[in-house]
Amino acid sequence: MARGRAKLAVWKFASCDGCQLTLLDCEDELLAIAGAVDIASFPEASRAHVAGPYDLSLVEGSVTTPEDVERVQAVRKASRYLVTIGACASAGGIQALRNFASVQEFLAVVYARPDYISTLERSTPIAAHVPVDFELRGCPIDKGQLVEVLSAFLIGRRPNIPTYSVCFECKRRQNVCVMVAAGTPCLGPVTQAGCGALCPSYCRGCYGCFGPADTTNAPALSGWLQGTGVSRPDLVRAFRTFNAGADAFREESERDAG
Amino acid sequence: MPAKTPNRTLRIPALARVEGEGGMFIRTRDGRVTDVELRIFEPPRFFEAFLRGRRYTEPPDITARICGICPVAYQMSACLAIESACGVTVDGPLHDLRRLLYCGEWIESHALHVYLLHAPDFLGYQSAIEMARDHRPDVERGLQLKKVGNDILGLLGGRAIHPVNVRVGGFYRVPARAELEPLAERLRWARDAAVATVRWVAGFDFPDLEPDYEFVALRSDDCYPILEGRLGSNLGLDIAVDEFEEHVVEEQVPHSTALHARLRDRGPYLTGPLARFNLNFAQLSPLALELSREVGLEPPVRNPFRSIVVRAVELVYACDEALRLIAEYEMPARASVAVTPRAGTGCGCTEAPRGILYHRYRLDENGTITHARIVPPTSQNQATIEADLRAFVEARLDLPAALLTRQCEQAIRNYDPCISCATHFLTLEQA
Repeated sequence: MARGRAKLAVWKFASCDGCQLTLLDCEDELLAIAGAVDIASFPEASRAHVAGPYDLSLVEGSVTTPEDVERVQAVRKASRYLVTIGACASAGGIQALRNFASVQEFLAVVYARPDYISTLERSTPIAAHVPVDFELRGCPIDKGQLVEVLSAFLIGRRPNIPTYSVCFECKRRQNVCVMVAAGTPCLGPVTQAGCGALCPSYCRGCYGCFGPADTTNAPALSGWLQGTGVSRPDLVRAFRTFNAGADAFREESERDAG
Repeated sequence: MPAKTPNRTLRIPALARVEGEGGMFIRTRDGRVTDVELRIFEPPRFFEAFLRGRRYTEPPDITARICGICPVAYQMSACLAIESACGVTVDGPLHDLRRLLYCGEWIESHALHVYLLHAPDFLGYQSAIEMARDHRPDVERGLQLKKVGNDILGLLGGRAIHPVNVRVGGFYRVPARAELEPLAERLRWARDAAVATVRWVAGFDFPDLEPDYEFVALRSDDCYPILEGRLGSNLGLDIAVDEFEEHVVEEQVPHSTALHARLRDRGPYLTGPLARFNLNFAQLSPLALELSREVGLEPPVRNPFRSIVVRAVELVYACDEALRLIAEYEMPARASVAVTPRAGTGCGCTEAPRGILYHRYRLDENGTITHARIVPPTSQNQATIEADLRAFVEARLDLPAALLTRQCEQAIRNYDPCISCATHFLTLEQA
């Protein structure tokens, strides 16, 4: 990457702040990271702001306002590499549930004066607006994966982030399959690894917070789950959470299951 | 005759070292503050709207996503509200485990605010990273203290941000006693670090400001409240959690996507560490009490800049309390109690790190949510933050604009505002 210390910027769009907090949650690594890179713009952590261009931009959040449509273009222009962090930036986040409803109705439910509020009909991922160099998944992202992505971009290699399903991690942890053994509905077979198979390790089914794995067969999982008694409305809700806007989950939730 | 004070405009387009997106705008004319706006432009995400039609089991996971810094607060208020709607009380060891998890969040959130967000204001740095050049042992202590909070969240919740192990009725999996032992070891270190934190921040300089606040917090005779008790104030408010909406009204203002709350017929109030401390001082642990007195902190503490010291005292308390809960822990036979849905409404209120967080849900007989309302602490504090800024600026109109603006930022950070949280609320009451 750049000669000298690389310049890092962290940007926020519509989000809960949890993914950028993950950087501050690197308690053992934070001061080392700050020594290795120039944290040029990170408003949640610092008043200091160094103007672009930046070698690496981490972008959190989804695009939900007309102003942010413009802002994301400026972020892209100022960044050599742009990496999205988390389900909001990579798939539109939980706020993409508006994409399946009327945003005007949502506004009226929440605000007495909807006319004060500037918002778009849809919540969209960053890649719907500008080219993205890498999407780091998760709601929230995993700390270890974040450090891996930072290291990879700073060194100039591909990040080593697996795209297989949660089942692989679950087997490696030697968990008993919650679906086979306890009949607990689990999205692990269609969800990308990265969390370390957390939910099955805590005796619950995966709820898909890392979004769809690389090659998924969501209809097959749906069929299997329906065979165990899960209703179609329950299935639709299962696919419509934090990655509702990700293609494989969106398509499955919209599929006419006849 | 003194020189005429020039008219001023103080502007912060985007506040740093807060969670979420907000700014500040202050205008003065003839020595008076004419406009004060804490501008919140964080885009709304409509949680209350899309909670409608979801199952009664879903709010803990969904509402956690309102805030990455205090997800446990959302999970706990949601659980209490839904359990109340279903006529279930979760007590005994499961309640204690919830309290332990919540202590983890207080430690994580308070350490983040004290060390990374607020202390740089008092010592004149742009960030904790810059501060570490001159105060490295302090910053490292803060980071490790924060990490112990995250360790509790990680063990009990599965992960620090958006824990997976919380459910309506309790948990999915409860730890064995032996799993908690290593935590106790780290918490003993953390308690010492918290004591050092109190002494460190107590030595800062605090600008003068002592408004007559109405402090609102949960109140309990049995403990320093986190997820128990009634709502009380220093001016006589004493209500059950489900009376909250009879006493608190919210209104929309043009410069904010978050509603302003006030007590009906009384006005703005303050929620958060200062309120908890002032209303529940006697319930602190002996060590936290001793430390408070050592640094001259006794109720009523009305200087909002001293909230950093109160947060440090609460860090001591949270470590003490977590150690007590671990020492007395006995693994419950079941990880959760059964919660059968029924038609009805339930409210829940808990002490998020930034103050009271209120949830209300209405369920139909199948357990589908038909109505949801969430009132986060920062939206309740907005009007009080603006009142603080008005009083603070009027007394300092002779200061240079850059310095005054910077002190205003510090005054806003007294509240550890969480703007991502604040931008979610509901006003319209459907019949």
